[in-house]
Amino acid sequence: MMSHDLTRGEGPWPWLAAGSVALSLLMLGALLVLLAGRGLGHFWPAPVALVELENGRWLAGEAVKEARLPGAEGSGTRGRERLYRTANRDLDDGIWTWVALETIADVGYPDELVVLERRRWGDFIGRLMAVERDGRPLGEGKSAWTVLQARLVELEVLRDEQARLRRKTIMPLAARLATGPDAEASRDLARANAQLRELRAEMGRDRLVLESADGRRLEQPLVEVVRAWRPNAMSPVEKLAAWGQGVWRFLAEGPRAANTAGGVWPAIFGTVLMVLLMSVLVTPFGVLAAIYLNEVAHQGRFTRLVRIAVRNLAGVPSIVYGVFGLGVFVHGIGGSLDAWFFEEALPSPTFGTGGLLWASLTLALLTLPVVIVATEEGLARIPDQQREGALALGATRLEMLTRVVLPMATPAMLTGLILAVARAAGEVAPLMLVGVAKLAPQVPVDGDFPFLHLERKFMHLGYHIFDTAFHGGDVQAALPLVYATALLLVLVILVLNLTAIFLRHHLKVRHGALPRV
Amino acid sequence: MSVLVQPRSTGSGPIIDFHREASCLEIEDLSLAYGDKPALRGLTLRVPRHRVTAFIGPSGCGKSTLLRALNRLHDLNEEVSHEGKVLLEGRDIHDPEVAVAELRRRVGMVFQVPNPFPMSIYDNVAFGLRLLGGMRRRQMDDVVEWALTSAALWHEVKDRLRASAWSLSGGQQQRLVIARTLAVRPEVLLLDEPASALDPISTLKIEELIRNLKSQLTLVLVTHNMQQAARVSDYTAFLQEGELVEYGPTDTLFTNPRLRRTENYITGRMA
Repeated sequence: MMSHDLTRGEGPWPWLAAGSVALSLLMLGALLVLLAGRGLGHFWPAPVALVELENGRWLAGEAVKEARLPGAEGSGTRGRERLYRTANRDLDDGIWTWVALETIADVGYPDELVVLERRRWGDFIGRLMAVERDGRPLGEGKSAWTVLQARLVELEVLRDEQARLRRKTIMPLAARLATGPDAEASRDLARANAQLRELRAEMGRDRLVLESADGRRLEQPLVEVVRAWRPNAMSPVEKLAAWGQGVWRFLAEGPRAANTAGGVWPAIFGTVLMVLLMSVLVTPFGVLAAIYLNEVAHQGRFTRLVRIAVRNLAGVPSIVYGVFGLGVFVHGIGGSLDAWFFEEALPSPTFGTGGLLWASLTLALLTLPVVIVATEEGLARIPDQQREGALALGATRLEMLTRVVLPMATPAMLTGLILAVARAAGEVAPLMLVGVAKLAPQVPVDGDFPFLHLERKFMHLGYHIFDTAFHGGDVQAALPLVYATALLLVLVILVLNLTAIFLRHHLKVRHGALPRV
Repeated sequence: MSVLVQPRSTGSGPIIDFHREASCLEIEDLSLAYGDKPALRGLTLRVPRHRVTAFIGPSGCGKSTLLRALNRLHDLNEEVSHEGKVLLEGRDIHDPEVAVAELRRRVGMVFQVPNPFPMSIYDNVAFGLRLLGGMRRRQMDDVVEWALTSAALWHEVKDRLRASAWSLSGGQQQRLVIARTLAVRPEVLLLDEPASALDPISTLKIEELIRNLKSQLTLVLVTHNMQQAARVSDYTAFLQEGELVEYGPTDTLFTNPRLRRTENYITGRMA
């Protein structure tokens, strides 16, 4: 390898080349920093300001950004306004408030301001006045916060119990009853449902009395509160813990409020499962095709033509594959499967609609050229002496292929798979035609036979980004989640690729590098 | 076939009468062409059993082509067509009843560039045995040790049989390839310029190995190093432009060639 000294007189081209590399790296870094900053910052408990306006009104909220008033002149605070996230959708119309800086009389950060994450109406920002049980106060004033925290922990326990009861008792019983009448099962089911009602009643006993910054009162059933924190009273360590908890919930929970809140677990699961399924489908096809082209077929005009066609397939826009998948897999094959095997379910389709299997197949088709080309290059790199060596020892052509050629070409196949995964995991357009869903809280794998439900629709991180960013009611509120989801998508692809790279490295170490010829 | 006298000597002592040697391979009027380009034109020669026979000649004379015809390695290339016969122990190797894999086991081959497989030293030697199958672990260990010993490599690798074959030096790799071939007990060993990619010391080791191996099997060597042919072979065939020019005991061919063309070539006066 020659190394070029940039300072020596070689003209401007080394600088140009080095400059492009630097620029690419910079843009890549900026992309990740933007995604991480905007996305992960969302989970950090921001300080909540209590703002007194000159007209005597009060409001409480997190400062989001500042902007110049349209048409305004001047400097300093003149002509600028600030956006507060004041939440409380149930009290006000929206959750955002623009305030002109000139009209602000005072800004404070009192400890007692609480933020509640709720299942309905979004967050609440204001003061906690009391916690009541069955109408009698459990704690008021300062003690209310301590009581609330204790109640939230107990609520979490009750929720777990409820979920366990549903999963372990009610669902199996319901499945048993679905197969036919069963006196014992229906008795058990009735008992379980009664238990469930008891739990629900227990959870519904507590109410919070809240007051917004401008003094309006609100009664809030505790059961709808997911999380509560007092950002102004938190130490950095507590904030970090709250941040970690927020990130974890984002990763582990399902979406709420039409994908504008909650987590993305079903989407992560759907993305990874679809990519794995696609890999399982595309690898054998691609490898066999490459073997045929490189090892079996007569090398002539026809194979050259096929090669050119395969390479060009890699350039076909992905939506075209989506249309193909819709026409052939979903309507063609899926429709026929429904007509043959799922007639009793018609007219509601089983396989005749988009689903995990059809999406994986479509993406497998999309990435097939990549795998073929990479594998073929790997096969072509194997010196003929290796093949002849095996044949000269009395190996048949099949034995030569399976024992010498394919093991040597495995790293190349994995390279193809890495490229395929990278392409497939990021595709959204074809998926919209063949099986992705806006909301599919049931992941396609569960305890019911046959465990892997290939006909189910699934969620996908890429589509989730698209849906959250453009189809939610409040784009501003959902934007941090869009960034966080985008970062997650990058990380998922990274992890999938690193797995394959690790595997490839492991194989290379086992077999050693190819000998130089 | 002329099995008249078993060879009396296997060393490089005085050569006994060429015409009384038992044949292992008999090539009868063999012609071979790549597409419409002829490479061999009507060759006839006998390769005596348990002797080292060398094919020499200028580049492109067809000596490697001839060698590869002896274990049907040309089958891989669709463009190659042939006429004539090659008899191995009296049986035509192109007979449709001959299984080509079985033939190649009986006629082993070592190539110019060492080509160990990307596996451990042990697995390389055991490769052919595993293809045959039906061998116990202990038995296989013994054969591997025997083959490596025969190839004069055992003492260098016995402590690292699990190491990658590609970690060996070029000379060691070539001896490993010979051991790998010996492990399936071939009757004939074809060597296609086995030392041309090696350093002088490794070359000497390979040559010594060739001389030692002829007590076990018949060797055919292609080389363009005439000193090498003179050092290790019992018989030498000189080929030019796909034709057999002269064939006879090595001593005679090098000291007293019958034809002018042969003399010119071995004395380096080739035009």
